[in-house]
Amino acid sequence: MTILEVSDIGIAFGGVKAIDGVGFAVAQGQIFSIIGPNGAGKTTLFNVISGMYRPSHGRVALDGRDVTDLAPDALAARGLSRTFQNLQIFQRMTAAENVMVGRHLQERCNLFADLLRLPSVTRQNRATREAALGFLDQVGLRDGADVLAGSLSYGACKRLEIARALAAEPRVLLLDEPAAGCNAVETEEIDKLICRVAAKGIAVVLVEHDMKLVMKISHRILVLVQGRMLIEGNPQEVRDNPAVLEAYLGKHGAREAARA
Amino acid sequence: MARLNHRYVILVVLAAVIALLPLVFPSSYYLRVAALVWVSAFAAIGLNILMGKAGQVSLGHAGFFGIGAYAVAILPARFGLPSLVALAIGAALSALLAFLVGRPILRLKGHYLAIATLGFGVLVAMVITTESRWTGGPDGMAVAKLSLFGWRASGSATWYWITGGLLLIGAWIALNLDDTPTGRAFRALHDSEIAARVTGVDVNRFKLQAFVIAAVYGSIAGSALAMMNGFINPDQAGFLHSVELVTMVVLGGLGSVVGSIVGAAVLIVLPQLLTVFQDYENLMLGAIIILSMIFMRDGMVPMAWKLLTRTGR
Ligand SMILES: Nc1ncnc2c1ncn2[C@@H]1O[C@H](COP(=O)(O)OP(=O)(O)OP(=O)(O)O)[C@@H](O)[C@H]1O
Ligand SMILES: [Mg+2]
Repeated sequence: MTILEVSDIGIAFGGVKAIDGVGFAVAQGQIFSIIGPNGAGKTTLFNVISGMYRPSHGRVALDGRDVTDLAPDALAARGLSRTFQNLQIFQRMTAAENVMVGRHLQERCNLFADLLRLPSVTRQNRATREAALGFLDQVGLRDGADVLAGSLSYGACKRLEIARALAAEPRVLLLDEPAAGCNAVETEEIDKLICRVAAKGIAVVLVEHDMKLVMKISHRILVLVQGRMLIEGNPQEVRDNPAVLEAYLGKHGAREAARA
Repeated sequence: MARLNHRYVILVVLAAVIALLPLVFPSSYYLRVAALVWVSAFAAIGLNILMGKAGQVSLGHAGFFGIGAYAVAILPARFGLPSLVALAIGAALSALLAFLVGRPILRLKGHYLAIATLGFGVLVAMVITTESRWTGGPDGMAVAKLSLFGWRASGSATWYWITGGLLLIGAWIALNLDDTPTGRAFRALHDSEIAARVTGVDVNRFKLQAFVIAAVYGSIAGSALAMMNGFINPDQAGFLHSVELVTMVVLGGLGSVVGSIVGAAVLIVLPQLLTVFQDYENLMLGAIIILSMIFMRDGMVPMAWKLLTRTGR
């Protein structure tokens, strides 16, 4: 069943079209990858979907409902979570606290109860921490729970962001280059993690430069070049399409690759 | 678990310090200075929730201090209200004003927010100075003594205990906040507003909450000081006092409750020690700000803590 539907999105910065006429649909449990050369507009597309940029035209729908004009926190409340290509972690909070913030929408939040730290707040806090530790476990960061996030390694921060996003119990998860800067072992773990997440019925939209990873786990792939869709298809179709090779390697490189 | 204990350790130590200090004070003058420290620390702790936790600056915070102070001056004198009711009305008015002003202002960031809050503080001070029919103008006005069920609070010792108790309550509430959804939302939006928003934190709402909390702290501190001194003038609402409050917070350590108390102590006690430099008090304030920014970016308490834990290992 389709859960995220993006249609005919366009956005321009200072007259330059960063994205033009992009549309796709993602179903529950599907891993949908968006690939393309640097500057193709992948992150910008995520920013539009997650409500950080308002598109100049087009529409984003969650569950068939138009959410194009909703703010990021309102979108989060409707089950959309994301991670960032350039890390956006809460540096001065511990790893566990980072993930606990991810549980914000699951928690009851009453200012006066919090100011007085009523027993209900303490109780909820304990439950939230338990849940957060569970999500840290899922990304293999359980041992670093009480370490300040600012002192974690780059790869650990990437996984921490995933744990924080998962903690919100999203129905749609946008991952912007989760394997960037990770070694082969870590990439392997992220690969498994994404598959597990999708198996739970969460729709995963993945932006990733690691082609091996993308080809292996994606159900569908969209190729974005200079803000426009080149093709959308399954991994086999994308791999065999000469235009894709050309976009990545240039005309000359594509001919070389075809001959090899 | 360590966290929970940490909170009570701070409160117990603070209570012990407040209880034991009078034993070593040679005269009631010291009690008075300490009471001044407790009041300022109370205001600084509130401001620190806004600045240190939620990461939003306010250069007009003395405005709320002034509103609280003039509430306990004007309402009992003009309308015969009990001082404590006046204090509550002042706090409510400060909260309402913070809410109304904060909504547009807190959408601004960095320098723009600093200038906007500064403008707010200047405006409050100006109103207090010019509405002399109500406020006594630049000369200030007398404040009725606090009286509870016929008992009148006066004298250094009495106010030492009242302000000390107030500080304990203020510290307790600020410490409470840390490990709660609200406290985490404050700290999250401080570190990454973007990430906070996509995790579902209504950033504008929480900034506003922090601003209102800080305003109420400031207002209550203003009321307490006015009742303690029995007199109030517009300087308490002025820009220089705002800067003083910010300095207490930054000098002691952003985000640290203990830091706010230490910062307040330094800024209140130092001028008393160096009475020879009285004419240069503002100069000294400036020097403290510059030096602490160069040598102690983290503030006194966080830096001391870092040194302690490093050598302990
Ligand atoms: N806020 C902005 N203002 C101006 N231009 C922008 C803005 N955001 C993105 N762009 C431009 O839009 C284009 C697409 O950038 P984007 O970051 O989306 O690419 P990307 O596909 O994510 O690249 P990469 O693979 O390097 O992450 C770039 O030319 C970029 O300069
Ligand atoms: Mg990108």
